[in-house]
Amino acid sequence: MKTLPPVDVAIVGGGWTGLTMAKELATRTGLKILVLERGGPHKTRDYLDNMDELDYAIRLRTMQPIRDETVTLRHSVRNRALPIRQYGSFLPGTGVGGSGEHWSGISYRYYPHDFQRVSHLVDKYGRARLPENCAVRDWPISYDDLEPYYERAERLMGISGKAGNLRGTKVEGGNIFEGRRQSEYPTPPMKMPYLAALFRDATHSLGYHPFPLPAATTSVPYTNPDGVPRAGCAYCGYCERFGCMIGAKAQPTNTLMPVLTRRNNFEMRTGAWVRRIVAEGAHVRGVRYADSRGNEVFQPADLVFLASWTLNNTRLLLLSGIGAPYDPETGKGVVGSHLTHQVSVPAATLFFDKPQNAFMGAGSAGIAIGDFDFLDHTDLDFVSGGALYTVCYGTRPIANFGVVPPSVRTRWGAEWKKAALHNYDRTGLVRFYGEHLAYRDNYMDLDPVYKDRLGDPLLRLTLDWKDNERNMVRFITNRAVQVGQVMGAVEIQPFQGLKRYQATRYQGTHIQGGTIIGAKQTDSVVNMYLQHWQAPNLFVLGASAFPQNPSSNPTLTAVALTIRAADAVIQRYLKHPGALA
Amino acid sequence: MPRSPRRHFLTLSATTLGGLLVYTLDRKSARLHAQTSALKVPLRFFTEDEALAIAAAAARIFPADESGPGADEAGVVIYIDRQLASAYGRDHYRYTQPPFEPGVPEQGYQGKETPREIYRAGLKMLGPFHTLAPAEQDARLKQIDTTVFFSLLRTHTIEGMFCDPMHGGNAGMIGWQMIGFPGPRMSYFDDVDQHYGAAFRPKPESLAQMLGRPVTPGEDTET
Ligand SMILES: Cc1cc2nc3c(=O)[nH]c(=O)nc-3n(C[C@H](O)[C@H](O)[C@H](O)COP(=O)(O)OP(=O)(O)OC[C@H]3O[C@@H](n4cnc5c(N)ncnc54)[C@H](O)[C@@H]3O)c2cc1C
Ligand code: SF4
Repeated sequence: MKTLPPVDVAIVGGGWTGLTMAKELATRTGLKILVLERGGPHKTRDYLDNMDELDYAIRLRTMQPIRDETVTLRHSVRNRALPIRQYGSFLPGTGVGGSGEHWSGISYRYYPHDFQRVSHLVDKYGRARLPENCAVRDWPISYDDLEPYYERAERLMGISGKAGNLRGTKVEGGNIFEGRRQSEYPTPPMKMPYLAALFRDATHSLGYHPFPLPAATTSVPYTNPDGVPRAGCAYCGYCERFGCMIGAKAQPTNTLMPVLTRRNNFEMRTGAWVRRIVAEGAHVRGVRYADSRGNEVFQPADLVFLASWTLNNTRLLLLSGIGAPYDPETGKGVVGSHLTHQVSVPAATLFFDKPQNAFMGAGSAGIAIGDFDFLDHTDLDFVSGGALYTVCYGTRPIANFGVVPPSVRTRWGAEWKKAALHNYDRTGLVRFYGEHLAYRDNYMDLDPVYKDRLGDPLLRLTLDWKDNERNMVRFITNRAVQVGQVMGAVEIQPFQGLKRYQATRYQGTHIQGGTIIGAKQTDSVVNMYLQHWQAPNLFVLGASAFPQNPSSNPTLTAVALTIRAADAVIQRYLKHPGALA
Repeated sequence: MPRSPRRHFLTLSATTLGGLLVYTLDRKSARLHAQTSALKVPLRFFTEDEALAIAAAAARIFPADESGPGADEAGVVIYIDRQLASAYGRDHYRYTQPPFEPGVPEQGYQGKETPREIYRAGLKMLGPFHTLAPAEQDARLKQIDTTVFFSLLRTHTIEGMFCDPMHGGNAGMIGWQMIGFPGPRMSYFDDVDQHYGAAFRPKPESLAQMLGRPVTPGEDTET
């Protein structure tokens, strides 16, 4: 194994969190920063040639190659885990920018209660109402602690939206349920496609509080505080699962790389597949990786940031033997616990008699309501909530052809074809993004059977829905149908209900847990600065730190937490290396 | 998988293609007019008989009728032939390490067979499908419409109807025309919040037309 000259900082993974940390450190310190990224480079200009549904949205050519590495899945410890052999429920990206290249850009802040989740539930309903095996936690920080960092993250990305709570004053048209914000969104809301307008009017007339989705598909040309200019969105519709060909959607390659490539204390090393974090007792010495030719390399570093996304972060800690693996039988150990996957369902598929022109849109152009995040659960059979919304992301012909109303029974042949043609541009979805509570028996460990291409064990997910999630989805589905009726749908297909966790239905790449944040080292992996409790020169960035899944999408919060960690590293750790909490 | 070295061609008559299309074959465009005689498409994976059987089955899944052209006119079988010949056909997009064990449906497809193998087995189920009468064809498809093969063929038929023409299907963009999809476009900035409830149907353009230069499809780049 070759040993390379040491660097000050090694960052594993070049996605949103890794490159945000790299940018903070590279611009505010003189440290030598190295990012090790498994995939290849991505550039805005390549994305023009990638405007092809088949190669990029179906064959998924910018995702982590599943033939090299996947995860295994079982519903409970009693079942046998098998590999997820083809992509379905989530789509991790590879290459510079990670999933941040082909994401949709929906960029909510979490609600204040999300940070005090278990206290909030117990205060409202008593401990007896917590579902069986519930492992929901409070975060060690509050919304107010994170608020300044949310603002910095929003400015970094140029998020479009409308404030609903400006320094304590409720603002109609914004999300009036949101936590208090110090400032308005950096850019105005996205334009409103037809379906979004129908949803806004319907929810408004039903007494709900519609607001424009906060969007990283920035609505107008924008220059961020780092001086990086980006174009305004053109609503081309090749957005979710695609990189933006004009750089309007905030992506690490168009938002962070322009700053980083100008720094001579920064190096991006692609084709570097990190296999181990190398530790000696409580001190991390560096990382071991396989380069693109398969050579094993040891890269010494003073400070290591693990930023390889939820599942890879967890797996790398387990493979490296850093921290005790979680054991669901005894409840001992920490690494791998609190696995959650946002409850995301097409609550109601609507069939209209009018064309939608749904090919126009953007990954985060849409309207949402937060009312179901604030339900009174006293008489309900669940305790969680979520957002109901419609997003006009730009429908793609292969993926969307064949959606027919429930009255059509066939799935091929002339009758089906006729109905599918008629309905192709007359459908719309009311979606639900719901909270996924953490449970003691939903967790991750190393699979005893299946291996990746290099021979390391795959990560094993033990994951299933519980009655709380099933009941929540049933309740919301009824509400979504009601909204659909008011929107003028002529036929409605309600969601069939959550049964068992499915690896086959895409439900968003919003997986959390495994290396959770906490106040005590006995029951968490990282402290409130994402610093590893046992190894102070190791930080673990990303949604792997989230102790449960709040209803909204994770990225803005993951980036805000990363900036907060960077401040602590720069202002305190570098002066006095050691534990920050 | 050893195949006969003999080069196979699929012969398409002007009538199958409806005489209306720009048809891209191995990067060459040809317009098929009613007066043009047959066009020979070199096959990459299927034998001619196999291609005829698959084409006939795809045409029952997505038939040409009064609601518009179908799988034959779009060149679906050419699309499938190229996909199967490519790395995709060898299962490049799947985790294929053993052991292969039967799972529950929520764990997704666990079979060992590659798309190529699924088709070769499916072709046995179809038999000389293109020689059957349409009613017999439908009856045979009904017998197998819960198989992995059928589900793959149905998926590929939709892909071949609505993919960018560079992949060999959606010839002349007839699929996109039927559903009013304009293809990749740089901007809808002026239209995205207009036309509420009224059809807005820009004329379809392929990726190569939009860019003014050819783009290499994935199936031609992978090893
Ligand atoms: C289709 C899609 C739509 C999405 N939409 C939204 C949305 O609307 N809103 C939202 O909030 N979020 C969305 N997301 C999720 C969002 O993309 C992720 O939350 C975000 O990118 C996570 O940032 P990260 O830095 O943790 O990981 P990533 O951005 O995924 O980066 C991780 C990087 O680490 C690299 N890596 C992994 N393992 C190794 C290794 N062993 N060695 C070296 N490098 C490694 C990967 O190649 C990757 O580049 C979406 C995701 C997808 C796929
Ligand atoms: S919809 Fe907008 S942000 Fe998305 S890819 Fe197109 S131009 Fe870029």
